[in-house]
Amino acid sequence: MFDIAPDEWVAIALSLRIAIVASLVALPFGIAVAWLLARKEFWGKTLIDGIVHLPLVLPPVVTGYLLLITFGRRGLVGSFLADYFGIVFSFRWTGAALACGLMGFPLLVRPIRLAIEAIDRRLEDAAATLGANRWRVLLTVTLPLALPGLIAGFVLCFAKALGEFGATITFVSAIPGETQTISAAIYSLTQTPGGDAAAGRLVVVAVVIALAALVVSEWLARRAGMRFHGE
Amino acid sequence: MLAIDVEKRLGAFSIAARFNSASGVTALYGRSGSGKTTIVNMIAGLVTPDRGRITLDDVVLFDSDRRIIVPVHHRRIGYVFQEGRLFPHLSVKANLDYGRRMCGLDPDAAQMRRTVDFLDIGHLIDRRPGKLSGGERQRVAVGRALLMRPRLLLLDEPLASLDNERRREILPYLVRLRDEVPMVYVSHHAGELRRIATSVVRLDGGRVTASGGTELLNDTDDDLA
Repeated sequence: MFDIAPDEWVAIALSLRIAIVASLVALPFGIAVAWLLARKEFWGKTLIDGIVHLPLVLPPVVTGYLLLITFGRRGLVGSFLADYFGIVFSFRWTGAALACGLMGFPLLVRPIRLAIEAIDRRLEDAAATLGANRWRVLLTVTLPLALPGLIAGFVLCFAKALGEFGATITFVSAIPGETQTISAAIYSLTQTPGGDAAAGRLVVVAVVIALAALVVSEWLARRAGMRFHGE
Repeated sequence: MLAIDVEKRLGAFSIAARFNSASGVTALYGRSGSGKTTIVNMIAGLVTPDRGRITLDDVVLFDSDRRIIVPVHHRRIGYVFQEGRLFPHLSVKANLDYGRRMCGLDPDAAQMRRTVDFLDIGHLIDRRPGKLSGGERQRVAVGRALLMRPRLLLLDEPLASLDNERRREILPYLVRLRDEVPMVYVSHHAGELRRIATSVVRLDGGRVTASGGTELLNDTDDDLA
């Protein structure tokens, strides 16, 4: 029957927590990078664009390994953060969130960038003549008008984070209760004799969460779109 | 009093314009491509001149020699654009209130009511700009610019996107504004300007060819294309 065992709940809750934290933390960075790529011309722009898209084309295991050697306990950044700020990524759920956020980042940036590029810049000029400084133009005109893109990017990033496997398992392994997400749990169950039923249940849960995310984003995007045209 | 002396090169085209405008409505009159909009954008701060000086009353807005460039959002100059440029994601009311909020002015219900009544836009207040007609949109755009309490109002072909009937509908509102705030009014329609302008600056090819009173509009009965 469809009884989800406690350790399966742990994996589900952990996956949701990692995916939500990863997407929320990535969002402001994603907005900043998208805005820079959409609006600014600067030296090295193509390089930045390439680096942002790198996780999309690199084998996830490579991304995970690069994370391990930079953010791991002995890594350059990892040891610095651990020694001075007490922030540890390796073999923690925060590390999984970092890996998932990084893997989802290109999917986050792209729709936001396209949405910002599509905005009529003359509206931003109009806002400036009405006394809005750059920040307030961004907050009151640019981002609200880019809202459908923000939603799309956030949901894509969330979905990617939810399903991420390769980079996460390479970077932080799959420790039950700490870094073993739904994907990792399913993989491990399929490798275990008699694990099929449990794996099947988690597969159903994964499908339900993914579908729910899509439906919610579609609904939000439609509402945001309606605000521009409705009364 | 607005005093302008600016130069700007844009590819093969160049602008070198110098004129003053006292209170009332100064018309910038010329055919399209004569540099009217660019000059207005320089006054607003949306375009930076290569060289020159712009002052409004006693405030220097731009001075290339002294390296002064007052940013757009500090100029307090209202701008009514040809296409309205209302914010599509905000209600008419929020559009009207936008400048006041951004300029950090206190809410002034009486001023809001006066402006809304004056422009007859009370029944539109809860709508979104997407649902307005062209004439309604321009009236809201005028209200939005007025409610930031500008030191000067720039109008760039505010009636150009409207048909003749709508023009006749809106022009009286603008004429009644003459005593409220000094204006710079861009148009290539002599007829329109004859009704509203108090002084005229004629532009051709980025240069001022004449400046004076409304008699400058009389030697051409036809509107410039």
